[in-house]
Amino acid sequence: MAKTKKKFLSGGLGQLTIPVIAIVLLVIFNLIRDPSFFSVGISHNNDGNIVLAGNLISIINGASELAILAMGMTLVTAACGGQDISVGAAAAIAGSVFVKVLKSSPQISGGKVLLAFICACIVAMIFGSFNGTLVAIFNIQPMIATLILYTCGRSIAYWINGGATPTVSSPVINAIGSFIPGIPVPTPVLIVIAMAIVFKLLFKFTSLELFTQSVGINGSAARLNGINSTFIKLLSFIILGVCVAVAGSIGVSRLGLINHETLLLDVEMDTILAVAIGGNNLGGGKFKIGGSIIGAYVIQTLTITLYAMKVSSTDVKAYKAIVIILLVVIGSPVVKQKFGKFMSKFLENRSGKAVKGAA
Amino acid sequence: MQNEVLLQMRHIEKRFPGVLALNGVDFTLRKGEIHALMGENGAGKSTLIKVLTGVYQMDGGQITVEGESISIHSPQDAQNNGISTVYQEITLCPNLTVAENMFIGREDGAWIKHKTYEKRADEILNELGIPARSTQQLGDCSLAVQQMVAIARAVDMKCKVLILDEPTSSLDDKEVNMLFKLMRDLKAQGVGIIFVTHFLEQVYEVSDRITVLRNGELVGEYLTEDLPQVELVAKMIGKDLDELNNLGETEEKEVKQQEVFYEASGLSSSDAMPFDFSIRKGEVNGFTGLLGSGRSESVRAIFGADKVTGGNVRIKGKPVKITRPIDAMKNGIGYLAEDRKRDGIIAELSVRENIILALQVMNGLFKPISRSEQEAFADEYIKVLNIKTASRETPVGSLSGGNQQKVILARWLLTHPDYLILDEPTRGIDVGTKLEIQKLVLKLAEDGVSVTFISSEVEEMLRTCSRLIVMRDRHIVGELKGADLNQTQVMKTIAGGETKDGEN
Amino acid sequence: MKRFKAMAMAGVLALSLVLTACGSSGGSGSSGNSGSSGNAGTAASSSGELIKVGVVNNPPSESGYREANVNDMEAVFSEANGYELKTFYSLKNDEQLQAAQGFITEGVDYLLISAAETTGWDEVLTKAQEAGIKVFLFDRMIDVDESLYEAAVVSDMAKEGETAVQWLLDQKLDTYNVVHIQGAMGSDAQIGRTGALDAQFQAGTMNLVVQQTATWDEAEAKKIVESVINSGEDFNVIYAENDGMAKGAVAALDEAGITHGVNGKVIVMGFDCNSWALRELLAGSWNYDGQCSPFQAQIISDIIQGKRTIDSKIIINEEKGFDATTITQADIDTYGLGE
Repeated sequence: MAKTKKKFLSGGLGQLTIPVIAIVLLVIFNLIRDPSFFSVGISHNNDGNIVLAGNLISIINGASELAILAMGMTLVTAACGGQDISVGAAAAIAGSVFVKVLKSSPQISGGKVLLAFICACIVAMIFGSFNGTLVAIFNIQPMIATLILYTCGRSIAYWINGGATPTVSSPVINAIGSFIPGIPVPTPVLIVIAMAIVFKLLFKFTSLELFTQSVGINGSAARLNGINSTFIKLLSFIILGVCVAVAGSIGVSRLGLINHETLLLDVEMDTILAVAIGGNNLGGGKFKIGGSIIGAYVIQTLTITLYAMKVSSTDVKAYKAIVIILLVVIGSPVVKQKFGKFMSKFLENRSGKAVKGAA
Repeated sequence: MQNEVLLQMRHIEKRFPGVLALNGVDFTLRKGEIHALMGENGAGKSTLIKVLTGVYQMDGGQITVEGESISIHSPQDAQNNGISTVYQEITLCPNLTVAENMFIGREDGAWIKHKTYEKRADEILNELGIPARSTQQLGDCSLAVQQMVAIARAVDMKCKVLILDEPTSSLDDKEVNMLFKLMRDLKAQGVGIIFVTHFLEQVYEVSDRITVLRNGELVGEYLTEDLPQVELVAKMIGKDLDELNNLGETEEKEVKQQEVFYEASGLSSSDAMPFDFSIRKGEVNGFTGLLGSGRSESVRAIFGADKVTGGNVRIKGKPVKITRPIDAMKNGIGYLAEDRKRDGIIAELSVRENIILALQVMNGLFKPISRSEQEAFADEYIKVLNIKTASRETPVGSLSGGNQQKVILARWLLTHPDYLILDEPTRGIDVGTKLEIQKLVLKLAEDGVSVTFISSEVEEMLRTCSRLIVMRDRHIVGELKGADLNQTQVMKTIAGGETKDGEN
Repeated sequence: MKRFKAMAMAGVLALSLVLTACGSSGGSGSSGNSGSSGNAGTAASSSGELIKVGVVNNPPSESGYREANVNDMEAVFSEANGYELKTFYSLKNDEQLQAAQGFITEGVDYLLISAAETTGWDEVLTKAQEAGIKVFLFDRMIDVDESLYEAAVVSDMAKEGETAVQWLLDQKLDTYNVVHIQGAMGSDAQIGRTGALDAQFQAGTMNLVVQQTATWDEAEAKKIVESVINSGEDFNVIYAENDGMAKGAVAALDEAGITHGVNGKVIVMGFDCNSWALRELLAGSWNYDGQCSPFQAQIISDIIQGKRTIDSKIIINEEKGFDATTITQADIDTYGLGE
């Protein structure tokens, strides 16, 4: 038992140290600033449901789209050693398709929402495989390959709904974007949990994790071991496509409105940061989805903290940048190595003193 | 001059998580001597070198150069103290030119004077007889030339101490002689050379003194002329030599007339010229030839590692199509690639994951091997192949070269192949492990596995193979078996004295 | 800047739908020509002679506002209304100048200009005058002598804000605790809509609870309001500088169980007059929606056809502001943007 615990601490937590410390520091900072910051209250919403409310809920709820995108982005990063910068634009497309299908007839039933989501998924997967093809088959740098969709994605979204910002209102949509009657936890949070479970099961019941890591660490060796690295890379983009569709649909459902210009605007940078804060190597290889999810919550906690401090949201970006630079630098191999050395020296000195003391 | 101490390392200690890699090792290098550093894999040679060159920080001990105590915290420090290195694995940048590689990281000012450097580089290359141009991309050169450029770079740095870590493992005889000549020249100029190699003959040919390490500890320092080869090996592996001799004697190698397992006619790939080849069940054969003769390219074609462009392949008489590695694997073929670092290990993954990789690929994406099974497999092969690792979860990249090779062997053995292709499995590996691998090959053959064994040490191939296919200039120029299986005949065939049957 | 503007007016992507809504029952998807503005043009068309109008404008791709503006022009000056329309769209002033020159040579009757830059137009406008062509400016002013044009129909963003703030003052609340959600900082719409409210904060007639920019992003607006709610601060007005952000704010209110709209605790104000936003007003869920009108064509057409006299050369386009208590379905059909 003790041995597994030690292994967990040294191996398992190693990668997660920075994001966990970051989130703990943010929590402590907030508790000092305002002891009631994280208090969760129970209230009734305007539909008469009992719901949980408070900053903690805002953080967890608000980070949902980011967390979901970060999961998919982690996989792309691991397999391709690069990032997809078109997730925001692709989400706008998926969201537009979602709304387009919903508005095809006046009635919105649960089945129709499902159909709309499936359509959004298919479209997002098609765009994902477009990106994936450029990366996996034509060997274009992921950032360059996805720059294309990044640039034209929102124009495509604009075209889907004829440039309008159509709204949809339906109890079903409201239940997806806000609360399901009778369940006090925001639905997007439940969707994040569901997605995390899906990924967990995906890794448990397939060898995707092993193959993806192999392709990311050493593509040549992976190929000589019979792994179809083209397929693995393509697959990672398609899976990201599903994440994009989910995130886009949540984004639309929150407000019952698709604004192709602002839906998940600039989310790609936050997504990549979440992956980086999560301790994943942006150059590909080994990865931990959990790290990226924590990374997403770190970013959201930071945003909400700054809002709560009434920092002007124009300045929020600058403050965010400072904190994130700190996190990424602290998480960099150079600093980690130096810190590791310092710690081992420190421990050595301590144990040395202890021995002396005993003598 | 020979007795003037140049470099002294005292009580050097280096710890890695779970391993004491160096335990109070002493090493002394005198001016104008070639000093061989010997030891099995994991003995601590590479670690000692890396401490000396500032790649690792030592945890204890003292280093003095010409009587002055120095501290080395980075490769730059080492270089400033006149210590230059050429590593076992090439550590240059393949996408830079030869000249850039020779001068990178040591420009005098902020401005890189390309023309000056290229001129200087060409001078050195000429002087050393290295067949490369300064403006060539390094990656376009053969492995051997890349290695020699690395040496040229070190030589040009006006070093007092030159460390050659396995410099000859990718050089052919002519190139080795060229290097030895250069080493002797440098020695005459008073440079102290630390020579790390697995080739015993080379040690005796060129070195003055030998220091032997075993399991991170110093065994002793000897004058080369006072230490017979057999004794050296005994000191290195720390056991008596019966086993060694036994293996040499098992040269019965009766050629059993088993059925043909694999048969190719006119097989060609993007890198290999068309050739015919067949191997019987339980047979061990070898491909030999100089570097660039096409021996690796041919076996890669068998495995579908490069783009297959033509030819017919039969397995157990049935026609099959092998165009990708996975096809070969599904037909029971395994392939241990020549370049372990590039084509073999997945460095950051654990020993366990590396071992089960090929089997998992054959099972497919949707049939993962359970964690407990994986662990059982890993434990089994760590034990069977005597892999030295802190645990099965240790990243394979942190293992020594020989143990990495064993992990890859385990990977293929786990797939229970009918035909195993081993391309340079013993390259850069200590004597003990070499023997283990050779024994394993023979045992596999006994169990009915066909094996193709490639090694640049002809001696080793003669010991294991019942048939040798000789290649020259990308063509098969001869096939040797029975009485012809001797060093002279092999050399003759390689050199082109006479051609035997099987020529295309 | 261009991007900001595009976002600012994203809600105004009206296409021709708006114009069909103007005249008839509001069917969707018709192109500019088929939507008849009913009240114009019969006189001209009966004479059989079409009035030649040349329009120099910025391209519709510039912003949603521009798209609505261009479509409005094309619909009002249609053949059915008795016009022969020639158009030229460019963001570049010199190209616009050349096009205007071309229209003069072709001999149009009226020249309508929304210039890319305010300068450089003297010569062309003088030539137009010499040729007897009447010039109207719309949307943007040009830096020339008043005598060179008939009239200028322009919008006043600041006035739009003032109208909204005046409406708010008219509500005669005991205290005004305002959550102010701004658009992308520096955009025309943001500056215009912020100015009047800032004046109230400075005068002390209203209390500023929080002033944040959500850069036209609905989701960001929701987060900002959530954060205010979580901090427990009291507020009774949400002044969001576009409809989308107002919707985001309302979503946060709904989740927190805070009532809003007519008879609600919090007054909700938006801008742009998207049809869906006006329907929120009609339902009493919001209180106010203001608009910066992209529709200048009808005014110019009325002047051309003598239905309207020019009192002052500069005509400030009427900025609409709708109150939830007085809005009707007819208003939505007439002024709402989009479906």
